[in-house]
Amino acid sequence: MDRVRDLASKKAAVIFTKSSCCMCYSIKTLFYELGASPAIHELDHDPSGRDMEWALRGLGCDPSVPAVFIGGRFIGSAKDVISLHVDGSLKQMLIDAKAIWF
Amino acid sequence: MGSRTVNIGIENDKKAVTAMPSYVPSVPTSNPSTEANTIRSSRIPDLGTLEQSLGFRIEDAVDLTRNPLFNQIKSSTQAIADAQFGAINKTLASADNNLSAAIVGSQTLTLKKDTPPNLVSISAGRENWGDSNMADASPRTDISTDDTDEKNQTFERGQTNAIVASDSSDRSKDKTDQKTLRRLAQNREAARKSRLRKKAYVQQLESSRLKLTQLEQELQRARQQGIFISSSGDQSHSMSGNGALAFDVEYARWLEEHNRQINELRAAVNSHAGDTELRTIVDNVTAHFDDIFRLKGIAAKADVFHILSGMWKTPAERCFLWIGGFRSSELLKLLANQLEPLTEQQFMGFHNLQQSSQQAEDALSQGMEALQQSLAETLANGSPGPSGSSGNVANYMGQMAMAMGKLGTLEGFVRQADNLRQQTLQQMHRILTTRQSARALLAINDYFSRLRALSSLWLARPRE
Repeated sequence: MDRVRDLASKKAAVIFTKSSCCMCYSIKTLFYELGASPAIHELDHDPSGRDMEWALRGLGCDPSVPAVFIGGRFIGSAKDVISLHVDGSLKQMLIDAKAIWF
Repeated sequence: MGSRTVNIGIENDKKAVTAMPSYVPSVPTSNPSTEANTIRSSRIPDLGTLEQSLGFRIEDAVDLTRNPLFNQIKSSTQAIADAQFGAINKTLASADNNLSAAIVGSQTLTLKKDTPPNLVSISAGRENWGDSNMADASPRTDISTDDTDEKNQTFERGQTNAIVASDSSDRSKDKTDQKTLRRLAQNREAARKSRLRKKAYVQQLESSRLKLTQLEQELQRARQQGIFISSSGDQSHSMSGNGALAFDVEYARWLEEHNRQINELRAAVNSHAGDTELRTIVDNVTAHFDDIFRLKGIAAKADVFHILSGMWKTPAERCFLWIGGFRSSELLKLLANQLEPLTEQQFMGFHNLQQSSQQAEDALSQGMEALQQSLAETLANGSPGPSGSSGNVANYMGQMAMAMGKLGTLEGFVRQADNLRQQTLQQMHRILTTRQSARALLAINDYFSRLRALSSLWLARPRE
């Protein structure tokens, strides 16, 4: 959990993924489309990946990846990201966290 | 002449029953009507009397063989037989079995095949008569039962045998003849019973077939009305058991309810109903949309490929299929010009919504493409591992396991695509006023209705 928090605070937009996860690929693509450059951490290539996954599940993230943090705050999984994006909240959050400028 | 010929085999005793076709009750030229009536209505109570009378008469008939008169007899009886055969058929068909038995047995009958030489001409004549019998019988075989035919044949045989027997005049062979008679009667009875049984069975089959067709129709109707028919009683269990069929039924039911609600909305809009009333109906429609997304979620879990295939939609709708449903951005594009006037804020909001849905669609589409590529790579890989057979098998199984995992993520994509559709609709309602929302819902419904109508036309198009 600490590692998760630690990594999440390092950048305005942080996404925890797995290299094999294609939904993670979708969310990444969305962030790029918005002009953000989130930090990507692949759990399957991290030594403490399993612990991190367990921690993410503990936060209520189901499936565990993709897990999105904006401004150090846990936002949610793909479903939450899409919902927030549609009503315009996601963009605003990114602007507020200074991940994007417009 | 006429009376004499026709009287062959008949007794003066009114109790007698005739054995010859010519003794049809309705014959005008022959017997007196009283006798005819007697014939029709009487049974054979007194076998002995009949026997005597027939024997007496048959002997007369035998003497007539050399008589030139016989030709007249033959022709007239034949004519009468031709004319009245229909009637006698019916009479015979309804006659008691005893009748034929009596006729056959009336003259100490034997079933001898060879006829005495002095009866040749009679037999020949008989055969002619027999021919006319058969000729008349054949068209009737279709109509009447086999009973009649057989009775005629038996009847005809009875004639020959009666004459043959009279020639030998053997009362001594009574006992064996009786046995034979009984056997014949039993045979006839058995045959008749089996025919009746067959008839009953066929009727039973026919009625069962009708019932089956009726049941099938009922089932079809019930299915269309959305009643889920399943062998297992438990709803949740059966949903997962045959998800595709269950979903199709649910969707059909949903669509019916949706159309009903849209009609209600249209009526309210056309009648310039108040905002509160409109709001209620609009909220109902929106909530109803949530229902179908929930159902799709359940169905995607059970059978994701059915949802992805779009087979639950009409062909034209399938043309525009995107990850198991419609494209939100297309929907918004459709509405863009129909919602004027929009305030600036509304216009901006609508524009942003269009952009967001487009971006999300792109993201999900790219994810799907990545999944496809990944799956193809997984299956395309040879086995770079050890060349031992066990190694290959392990590789193969590993490959399959990975591919299975990837396929499993498809459900997630369908779910997120539906999520996008649902969120787009909800956001649209947030941007628009009640009245604008109502018009938007009607416009969306019009579009999809036309698409479905197009599908129907396409399916019904004439082909060479």
